[in-house]
Amino acid sequence: MTVTLPPNSTAPAPKLQPTGWLRYFSFSVDHKVIGLQYLVCGFVFYLIGGALAGAIRTELASPVADFMARDVYNQVLTLHGTVMIFLWIVPVVNGAFGNYLIPFYVGARDMAFPRLNAVAFWLIPPAGLMLVASYFITGAAQSGWTAYPPLSITTPATGQIIWIVSVLLLGGSSIFGGINFIATILKLRRPGLKLMQMPMYCWAMLGTSILVVASTPVLAGTLVLLSFDIVAHTGFFNPSLGGNVVVYQHLFWFYSHPAVYIMVLPAFGLVSEILPIHARKPLFGYVTMVYSIMAIVVLGLIVWAHHMFTSGTPPWMRLFFTIATAFIAVPTGIKFFNWLATLWGGKISLNSAVLFSCGFIVNFVLGGITGVALAQVPFDIHVHDTYFVVAHFHYIVFGGSVFVIFASIYHWYPKFTGRMLNEDLGRFHCALTFIGFNFCFGPQHWLGLNGMPRRVAEYDPQFTLINQISSVGALLMAISTLPFLWNVIHSAFYGKVAGDNPWNALTPEWLTSSPPPVENWVGEAPLVKEPYAYGVPIDEIDLSATSGRDLWSSGK
Amino acid sequence: MQIPSAILTLVLGMALVLGGLWVGQTINLLPIDASVNAPIYDELFKVLFTIGTILFVGITGLLIFSLIRFRRRSDQIGDGVAIEGNLPLEIFWTAVPAIVVLFVGLYSYDIYDRMGGMVPLAHDHMGGMQEERIWGGISSGSVGSEMVPDVLPIEVTAMQFAFLFHYPDGDITAGELHVPADRPITLRMESKDVIHAFWVPEFRLKQDIIPGQPTQLSFTATRPGRYPIVCAELCGPYHGGMRSTVVVDEADEWQTWFSSNAKPTPITDTTVANT
Repeated sequence: MTVTLPPNSTAPAPKLQPTGWLRYFSFSVDHKVIGLQYLVCGFVFYLIGGALAGAIRTELASPVADFMARDVYNQVLTLHGTVMIFLWIVPVVNGAFGNYLIPFYVGARDMAFPRLNAVAFWLIPPAGLMLVASYFITGAAQSGWTAYPPLSITTPATGQIIWIVSVLLLGGSSIFGGINFIATILKLRRPGLKLMQMPMYCWAMLGTSILVVASTPVLAGTLVLLSFDIVAHTGFFNPSLGGNVVVYQHLFWFYSHPAVYIMVLPAFGLVSEILPIHARKPLFGYVTMVYSIMAIVVLGLIVWAHHMFTSGTPPWMRLFFTIATAFIAVPTGIKFFNWLATLWGGKISLNSAVLFSCGFIVNFVLGGITGVALAQVPFDIHVHDTYFVVAHFHYIVFGGSVFVIFASIYHWYPKFTGRMLNEDLGRFHCALTFIGFNFCFGPQHWLGLNGMPRRVAEYDPQFTLINQISSVGALLMAISTLPFLWNVIHSAFYGKVAGDNPWNALTPEWLTSSPPPVENWVGEAPLVKEPYAYGVPIDEIDLSATSGRDLWSSGK
Repeated sequence: MQIPSAILTLVLGMALVLGGLWVGQTINLLPIDASVNAPIYDELFKVLFTIGTILFVGITGLLIFSLIRFRRRSDQIGDGVAIEGNLPLEIFWTAVPAIVVLFVGLYSYDIYDRMGGMVPLAHDHMGGMQEERIWGGISSGSVGSEMVPDVLPIEVTAMQFAFLFHYPDGDITAGELHVPADRPITLRMESKDVIHAFWVPEFRLKQDIIPGQPTQLSFTATRPGRYPIVCAELCGPYHGGMRSTVVVDEADEWQTWFSSNAKPTPITDTTVANT
């Protein structure tokens, strides 16, 4: 049996952590530093991806291809998709918040494999730089983020190969992270903490990491085969050499549909953390939340062919994938109803974190409804590869995940820095983002239904007005970033001092100083068995703090 | 005395459903329909639009109501009520969406069947190509069966960045697709280079054109006019410009067009189909 030394008697051990600002810019193995590295790095790429989106919306403000050359347009849209998925949303909802929060939530002092963790992060900046630099050096890939052959085989090879190498590195980073999360959640829990006592984000990350580990290697293998086709002129996916292009689509979507859940499940987990704290109520339906996450994980692995309803797929396959896809709406619906029930009867602080979370609910419900519609083969056959699909998945990944990222930044910023963000600026940011977002992507549903395909630099002039409305919305979204940036930078130095636990939260990350020390807690880690024990029991309602209407509406 | 909340909820629910039905029936977001299966598609769209509107308005309304009703007033301290769950309620809102989703799935299956999507495609539709498997696509119900005698076969070749239409019967090659109204058409589609997609929004039909795997699409146009043919799969720099037109004519007008363009020497159907 090993004897743990009491913390105050530790000898001046060799310092693992560089101190001060240096540790945020160097090879740190502290999970909190790595989490913030992910967050800041991801945000830089978000700005790059946003600039690319701006270029796309500028091009589409007029029906002719006049803003940039057509092949450049295809490079821009490929980069936009790749950057936003692989360098912004996936690393931030998984890597940033996962690394920062998971060790706290399980009561550990760091991730299970701190060095692997740092390696996983440090794969991202070079991969991202390489990807973006390919545009300036040789021209980036121009076959879309899906890189369907034979287009990806026939477009300029250098850009495509750089794209493949970059995505492989990012996929590797993702797998390292996934393994680390699984090990941390299953093996590093503080003694006494049971699985069903973990905060919901742990379950979300466990489910997500299973998806990452199960499906990302398939993408890696597929892209390696694709690179052989490009470099060595093999014929896996090249029809003129006997290859099959539809096989690529199956393999690609076997990863890339779960990738959607890799982007939204952690967001679901984060919302489940934020809402109870600000509504001052327990998370409604903890057990059904857990089971619905796992149901989404299982279903998410068997729905990929709904991206291929217009490819050559046999009828029975279309039927199976329709039903499987539509059924994902059931566990997802459970989660949304549970959040509404969490809010119901609470004492909700209408701060930026809550407003962004509610914006997420509204946007994601719309995206989910169009998703169920798209699962229906006959519906999909008309709108597949149109702006309807563009609108749908932006409602999921921007209206969903990115809104949650902002909500989470407003919620955890006091913990990251020890200072509060300015709430008025935050609400302004939220309103502007919500309005801009809906102006940008709402009208695109109509565009798709009426005949505008996606990934085009030029379009039928009858769609000009609606596209211009969409571009104005994109401009509003771009502007909405400015108050946020100002807020984050200004508040880091001049914000109101937050204290350890400004939200009166019960989850373990708030039970330490802000920002937390290296190794998270001075002394023993707290054992939080009921992370959502907010609220007063119905029969003990504090009469001084409630009104008659509260009693009436709570069913008394 | 206050109105019981159950009655208020019932009335609100009824208003929501009626409103959703009204929205689904009256607001038209689709272009005009010009093929036999377009009205079938529009039926499905109306159902989905109605359900979607009810759900979206209902959930958003509930959310906004909660935010206003349960917001923290400045004089309030303390927590909300500690309700951790409600199993019957959770079963209820698991079962209802499951039933709705199942209903929608079966209904759309029926729609798809009526559009001809479930017709097995491997069986021959042009003689003498047993080795070649035809992939995917919709065959308008009537066309799939051999009982329909009057099918007009057309070969479509897609390439960067154009569609070519070849009529085996008259050996016509055209850049625009001319079809007669009310006669079943079967397109046999091949790609010369990369994946393209044949999409006519007014027909509500789309099918990828895949190199190495001939695909098939059948439809019956109903409304004479000119409609865009759009390539819907990213196929290179000029993807946005890869468009053509389908001209739907009345049968006799189409016959005039056909005979004025057909090659003078009549060729038997089978030999052409084999080229």
